[in-house]
Amino acid sequence: MRPARALLAAAVLALGGAMAHGTVLEPPPVNDTAIAGAAFPKTLSEFGFFQDGRAQDPAARVHAYALNTPLWSDGAEKLRFIYLPEGARLTADGEGLLQFPVGAAIIKTFAFGEGAERRLIETRVLLHRAEGWVALPYRWNAEQTEATLALAGGRIDLTTPAGEAISYAIPNKNQCKTCHSKDGAVIPIGPKARNLSVKWMGEMLKAGRLDRLPPGAATMPVWAGYTDQSPAEPFARAYLDVNCAHCHQPGGGASNSGLDLRWEQSDPHAIGIMKRPVAAGRGAGGHDFSVLPGQPDASILLYRMDSAEPGIAMPELGKASVDKDGVAVVRRWIAEMQR
Amino acid sequence: MNRIAFAAALLASAAPLAAETHRIEAGEGAAARLQEALILAQPGDVIELGEGRIALTDGLSLDVDGVTLRGAGMDKSVLDFTGQQGAGEGLLVTSDNVTLHGFGIENPKGDGIKSKGADNIIYNSIRVEWTGGPKATNGAYGIYPVESTGVLVTRSKVIGASDAGIYVGQSRDITVRGNLVEFNVAGIEIENSRNALVENNIATHNTGGLLVFDLPGLPVMNGGNVILRENVVKDNDTPNFAPPGNIVASVRRGTGVLVMANDGVLIENNAFEGNATAHIMVIAYTQPYEDARYNPYARNVIVGPNAFGRGGDDPQLDGKEMLLEAFGGALPPVLWDGIVEDGNGLMIAEGVTGWTLNLSKPGQSLAEAQPGPLMLTPLESWQFPEVGAPAELEARLK
Repeated sequence: MRPARALLAAAVLALGGAMAHGTVLEPPPVNDTAIAGAAFPKTLSEFGFFQDGRAQDPAARVHAYALNTPLWSDGAEKLRFIYLPEGARLTADGEGLLQFPVGAAIIKTFAFGEGAERRLIETRVLLHRAEGWVALPYRWNAEQTEATLALAGGRIDLTTPAGEAISYAIPNKNQCKTCHSKDGAVIPIGPKARNLSVKWMGEMLKAGRLDRLPPGAATMPVWAGYTDQSPAEPFARAYLDVNCAHCHQPGGGASNSGLDLRWEQSDPHAIGIMKRPVAAGRGAGGHDFSVLPGQPDASILLYRMDSAEPGIAMPELGKASVDKDGVAVVRRWIAEMQR
Repeated sequence: MNRIAFAAALLASAAPLAAETHRIEAGEGAAARLQEALILAQPGDVIELGEGRIALTDGLSLDVDGVTLRGAGMDKSVLDFTGQQGAGEGLLVTSDNVTLHGFGIENPKGDGIKSKGADNIIYNSIRVEWTGGPKATNGAYGIYPVESTGVLVTRSKVIGASDAGIYVGQSRDITVRGNLVEFNVAGIEIENSRNALVENNIATHNTGGLLVFDLPGLPVMNGGNVILRENVVKDNDTPNFAPPGNIVASVRRGTGVLVMANDGVLIENNAFEGNATAHIMVIAYTQPYEDARYNPYARNVIVGPNAFGRGGDDPQLDGKEMLLEAFGGALPPVLWDGIVEDGNGLMIAEGVTGWTLNLSKPGQSLAEAQPGPLMLTPLESWQFPEVGAPAELEARLK
């Protein structure tokens, strides 16, 4: 409770100061102690990432961003932000993951519904502490006034944009790590230079919040721009990288499968072509290969993408319904593949 | 395990007084309380499950080193996953030096308990069961340690897995002792692993009892140094119910032990009875593959003295009638494909009988088989390395 009260006191002081000077109200700064300290803050508001949480209006030094090809999560709208402490900046590392200074945070809010109907479901934060990244899930209340720490995750019934009634799963803290893990350490997944727009990186560069625009930036396709005329391969490979490769890569959660779906992987067997299953169980669906060129309906990879049944469905987490668009693109990719 | 983790483990074991016990009783909110306790545990802590059933809708996970999760007994503290809606297994362990003891897992939608990259893990008196009997819709593996060094699975029971009851994959230094596996497709499977001791287990009413496989195209290969000793492998008579596409879907009903590829397997002092296809089968990998690192041959496989009872009397093989007639009503206990890489294929002790398909290269069609009696010069003696889980795991059991 003490940090909250301190925050309130700080806000009151700031308010008093602003009134005294008759200037525009400065938003309270983000709480660097909450990010870098050892505790798991009980509420999202303790961080102060937002001037207005419900509106997802970011505080100073909290930068909204988008990904060219995003991770699909039952069709949720995702609001993504990066917080960088004062004077700190991101460092580019080729086309890969941007390097974050200690004290930085990545914030992602999941919402369903449009306009006034929009309902925030959960906000996940990744905090870069001195000992490494920490992932925490926060669940929004019905009144949309606050999100509270949900260490054990939870479930909520809702209807997806596709009109499906689902039981939506908020991951528990360990499940955050299931995806955000490589060689046992928690890492961010999304903000890779190749999957960010040149426009955004240019703005960050200009604002002094990014060191340079690296080669290979923005090379992943913009998923929303896909049409039947688009080449299937880059979209399919981008989709598999973003939706599957955090586990399906060496050092990832599904490394023992031998399937490596990273964008940069060029070995056909590693990405599943003519690869036999190892521990798929009934997830194999009676098929012999992860990807059988020309035959999407005999490919385990597509079978599992196209299922919402636990034990069969891939991804195993963060999915209660099938991404029809994703399935269509991957289907086309396999169908067009030379036999 | 890195040095810091190792130091932490030493500290944890040196200072048990600091450890706390968190008790989780069944009842309202138990699933969330349990998952929270698993997340908030400190190294060395014990999480204790009371008697009773806890119903779960999501998979549990543990990522803290040195934690013990202990129940009141495999039939008394039950985690019921019948209504599971998410995750690929009932319980996922991703930390080192974990002890799982005395609880049951029922009807997980995927695997039962998976431990991945979890070194020095003990599974003691655990039950994983699909209560509807053998079905293709059951999860694949019951107890599933993978990519780990130091694995001890003991006094546990797995029933109904649609792949393997106890499956150890891509791991090293393994002991699987004194377990009961029944009504699974494979009772116990050691895959792409080294230094494994499988002893004093009972494998019965599976499709195949004990499997030792090495498969291509995986991050960890070159399985071997596996001992199968003093197991009871009896009446493995359940029709194969594995979902097609999986390697175990090709296991024939009535297989006692199946060795496929691998370097160094010793099979001795087991009791075999009622395995209608073969008590012991030793073969090369059969599928085409492209992996220069992979060796498809079964090498240095020693069949020592074993007690062979009735078996080979209803082989699930083409040409069954002809074979039975040729061998006088029942096939001898050891079936070999005859495929040798370099003079180091199958070896037998005095008195072991068998038959061979007389094939010559991996992947060769069974249609080219020329069955005949096994004509190998028995070994007088043999050397085999001591294998199994590290002594510290045995010590932790006590």
